[in-house]
Amino acid sequence: MKGSEIFLESLKREGVEVMFGYPGGQVLPIFDSLYDSDIKFILTRHEQGAAHAADGYARATGKVGVCLATSGPGATNLVTGIANAYMDSIPMVAITGQVKSFLIGNDAFQEADVTGITRPITKHNYLVKDVKDLARIIREAFYIASTGRPGPVLIDIPSDIQLMDAEFIWPKNVEIRSYNPTLFGHPGQIKKAAKLIAAAKKPIIYAGGGVITSGAHKELKMLAEKINAPLTWTLMGIGAFPATHELSLGMLGMHGTAYANHAIMESDLIIAVGARFDDRVTGRLDAFAPYAKIIHIDVDPSSISKNVNVHIPIVGDAKNILIELLRDIKKVPNTCDWLKTVEGWKKKYPLVYKNDGALKPQYIIEQIYEVTEGDAIITTEVGQNQMWAAQWYKYTAPRTFISSGGLGTMGFGLPAAMGVKIGCPDKTVFDIAGDGSIQMNIQELMTCVANKINVKIAILNNGYLGMVRQWQELFYKRRYSQVDITSPDFVKLAESYGCVGIRVTKKEEVRPALEKAIATDNTVMIDFKVEPEENVFPMVPAGQAINQFIGGLA
Amino acid sequence: MRHTISVLVENKFGVLARIAGLFSARGYNIASLAVSETLDPAISYMTIVVEAKDAKILEQIKKQLNKLIDVITITDFTKKEHVDRELVLARVKYSSKDKSKLENVFKKYVGKIIQHKADVAIIEAVGEGVQIKSLLDELSKFEIQELVRTGKLAISN
Ligand SMILES: Cc1ncc(C[n+]2csc(CCOP(=O)(O)OP(=O)(O)O)c2C)c(N)n1
Ligand SMILES: [Mg+2]
Repeated sequence: MKGSEIFLESLKREGVEVMFGYPGGQVLPIFDSLYDSDIKFILTRHEQGAAHAADGYARATGKVGVCLATSGPGATNLVTGIANAYMDSIPMVAITGQVKSFLIGNDAFQEADVTGITRPITKHNYLVKDVKDLARIIREAFYIASTGRPGPVLIDIPSDIQLMDAEFIWPKNVEIRSYNPTLFGHPGQIKKAAKLIAAAKKPIIYAGGGVITSGAHKELKMLAEKINAPLTWTLMGIGAFPATHELSLGMLGMHGTAYANHAIMESDLIIAVGARFDDRVTGRLDAFAPYAKIIHIDVDPSSISKNVNVHIPIVGDAKNILIELLRDIKKVPNTCDWLKTVEGWKKKYPLVYKNDGALKPQYIIEQIYEVTEGDAIITTEVGQNQMWAAQWYKYTAPRTFISSGGLGTMGFGLPAAMGVKIGCPDKTVFDIAGDGSIQMNIQELMTCVANKINVKIAILNNGYLGMVRQWQELFYKRRYSQVDITSPDFVKLAESYGCVGIRVTKKEEVRPALEKAIATDNTVMIDFKVEPEENVFPMVPAGQAINQFIGGLA
Repeated sequence: MRHTISVLVENKFGVLARIAGLFSARGYNIASLAVSETLDPAISYMTIVVEAKDAKILEQIKKQLNKLIDVITITDFTKKEHVDRELVLARVKYSSKDKSKLENVFKKYVGKIIQHKADVAIIEAVGEGVQIKSLLDELSKFEIQELVRTGKLAISN
């Protein structure tokens, strides 16, 4: 079999149904073999779009997302998408063509040291030097990408290797002596955690993206209900616990709810599950949760005690550990008083916005929630739109909020929505966008139309790079520097791409526009001309303790 | 504070870059690094001396190293019995009247003059950190033209 055929056969063995990518000189053999393959290929309009689409597909389905690009510029165009997946621990395999093996290092046409460039933003990467290694490398890549703390793996394949012949041998199993992720928590640690929980008076559960990755949402709910503890989540943890549940406190951190932040600051025990105490969550570190002991459940040992000191670390898969923990908790704490206190904060500092006659972004998100009956999958861009989408839609299931957390990549939402829709064709998929971000990967509208990938785009068009403007307003004396962003006529733009554009300028038009968008069997772009200087509140200024809010009623 | 750790890695191209990149990306400093094949040619052994402000940073370094797919095992010699050595080579300006002085130096250290030509001598010395340090002090009396060190090698006992 030729290298290119080995490649495709290996993908089939891995169960790959769809790939996102773009052709070029150093992947011609692969595209030639693809001509006869039944793996679906989505030709994006930019390689960054392919990487984000693969990422969105992975987030929505839990399967490994696959993207493919040629050498040099094709590969470097993937870089942002790979870094994005790396920061959020998303299982992805990126394949790049490389110049012929004997030309490597010669500054050949379209050569770039792609394994070098991506080394710090991949979980692992490979340069294939012998066609006989190809099947094994692909097998390993999928295994590494999807196990332990998942992440992107890149395989760089020189074009001559794609043409060389070798016998196809599919390894029965993967053996990497130096890679053995810990799956089960240490029983002694879990017992200690159970004791600590029993003794707590003010426990709080803090859930991150790891809960979703490990599929531990049911066990998480059982834990919260068993010990009657309020629960808060990170941006990546949205959907890990139903927002409609009475124990839910919403998101914590910089733009978290005031009550979540008060609760974590006053708690005497934090049970962190699959979360990493990132600076957007902890605020000023030395002031974070001063009375709390911390139980930290995480699959990645290097996350533990990296930012905060942890009393009981438990390394392993969240689901396995929660199952054991639930079994070991014999005595549950009495949290009645604590829940009353928390309820008091909820009443005193509700999440609010001024819902006057103006067209408010928060209102639009609430309406999207109502019109879709909470059953849509939401992707976001980055900025205010992202924070409002996190705050004002009530997510009740994992893998329904798809957002660039760690890297904060503008331009993620639209290509990610494509990937989501391909993975979940029966779901309504909304990209909640900003007018700035949407222009970063707008070309993917064409991919949607060409492939009949029916997604809905809600642009919260405030005429600004809103989040940056907000910081300039609050911390730089309203000296608005390069945040005024002009946009094309989005309705005409949508039409010229062959999809449907709708403009909304008034509150009363929101509902009908959303209903029409959902009823339309095409990609629809709605340009909501929202209040230009609306801010995201509450807000904890960077470097402050997370109970020090500005704005809102907090 | 300096800590000595050893890392067993897969002997593949790019591994050294992964290790070096891990340090540079996080702003950690490598004081010395010695690498070579082991009895099993598929495995390399690295002795790394790292600069770490506190125990937390050392802990992070070890955990991050462990995360690299090509890293097989890590040994931290901070609290572990071990033997370590370093080899020094130096080219020293040297005249016949210095000969006995230089030879005297090597009565106290494991080392010797490997060769001398006209007015220069090449010397080698092996020792633990403290010995190397005091040897270097003594050698400073001579005119050293060039001095190279392997960096520390460590093995557990
Ligand atoms: C690729 C990229 N460049 C720059 C930034 C910095 N940044 C963060 S939010 C933001 C403004 C986003 O504007 P817009 O998409 O209109 O969203 P809004 O905040 O107005 O809702 C910028 C520039 C980023 N996150 N990503
Ligand atoms: Mg904007």
